[in-house]
Amino acid sequence: MIQDLLYSSPSLANFGIFFLLATVFLFVILGFVTYAILAERKVMGFMQLRHGPNQVGGRWGLLQTVADVLKLLLKEDTIPKLADRPLFILAPAIAFAPAFMVVATIPFTDSLQFADIGVGLLYYIAVSGLTTIGIVTGSWASNNKYSLLGGMRAAAQMISYEIPLVMSVLGIILLSGSLNLNEIVEAQKDGWFIILQPIAFIVFLIASVAELNRAPFDLPEAESELVAGFHVEYSGFRWAFFMLAEYVYFFAMASLITVLFLGGWLPLPFLGFIPGAVWFALKFSVVVFLLIWFRVTFPRVRADQLMEFGWKVLLPVALANIFLTALLKELLNAF
Amino acid sequence: MELLNLYQNNYLIVFVFLCLGVLLPVVALFFGKLLRPYKPLESKYTTYESGIEPFHDSRVQFNVRYYIFALMFVIFDVETVFLYPWAVAYEKLGIFALVEMLIFVVMLLIGLIYAWKKKVLKWI
Repeated sequence: MIQDLLYSSPSLANFGIFFLLATVFLFVILGFVTYAILAERKVMGFMQLRHGPNQVGGRWGLLQTVADVLKLLLKEDTIPKLADRPLFILAPAIAFAPAFMVVATIPFTDSLQFADIGVGLLYYIAVSGLTTIGIVTGSWASNNKYSLLGGMRAAAQMISYEIPLVMSVLGIILLSGSLNLNEIVEAQKDGWFIILQPIAFIVFLIASVAELNRAPFDLPEAESELVAGFHVEYSGFRWAFFMLAEYVYFFAMASLITVLFLGGWLPLPFLGFIPGAVWFALKFSVVVFLLIWFRVTFPRVRADQLMEFGWKVLLPVALANIFLTALLKELLNAF
Repeated sequence: MELLNLYQNNYLIVFVFLCLGVLLPVVALFFGKLLRPYKPLESKYTTYESGIEPFHDSRVQFNVRYYIFALMFVIFDVETVFLYPWAVAYEKLGIFALVEMLIFVVMLLIGLIYAWKKKVLKWI
């Protein structure tokens, strides 16, 4: 049915049906964000020998985040008098919209995907860069010294780590010969790219944590030095949208790592009877857990270490990986 | 024609996602407006500055290094724009394109090393 719809000529009815499906998907993502925050707090709690949330919603604190969101909805909204009002209001939307747009291209199984566009990977990288504008807009519009510092740091960090992030993927594109995420997964039938491209994986993982502004690269909102970084002046639901954007990116980035390096929905050998969706969910959960684990384990890096590491280590390594991959490919073709 | 439809439909989905991404903040903030309290006080609307009265404008001059990093970013991002199509078409282009791309990247690498030696990459 969906296939017929995709091949029919685009009309307002198509728009309506896609809109309904995407709304359902939006709520799935909101559900993920709710429970990802809970899972993060619970895992961090266990790793630090605490209980984590255990009051609201039973022993596992299952309603904790729901209660937090409701609380945020009921908070008074303050916009400082000195702030640039239109930009201040616009900034959370600019930060959130691209975060939701990027998940459109991610294939969850061979049939469950929204937009199967030819340049999927390029689209992801291009659109995800837009969030930086939202963060800088918000920080500048707040007219607050802490937020300006946080926003500037965020911009410098995100543009610095975007380069190695983008370059590390080139090895994969060389091997699969396509930017389409479906074809990239299909190309991993003989071996996941985490095995064929280990250097790219490590560079990509580090750069993606930096892009997500998560610990150990959470300098833009370093609580102990900048109060809260770029969103100092934001409160209530406007603040919630910055957080939401962050966690939707968390979802998107974990999915992208699964698709690019862990073979998406492809099963392990001899375990093909388990459906692809389960495989995707498993790999995805492993990546999410890994990213939470990072946050608990690593201390925050200093601003100077951050920039030097990005430009002096990750960028040359990512560039070397491209040519190493191309040369190996030539050698394998020659024999 | 069928493929054109498929193509258009896929981008229609992207557009739907854009609409939803904008709509969610609008709708949520609208409902928030109905629910949240509104008790204005003069002191609530001052800028936060660790408890002291804020002084000066906050749009201070910031470090020039941010601009230099932005310039470096532009150079290397344009480089990746060239590398992407090259990587996709590499199968067809072969060793000649590899050497060409190597020359191109080495030129940019010289720029990176120059910036490195000039201590541009050093953050103080």
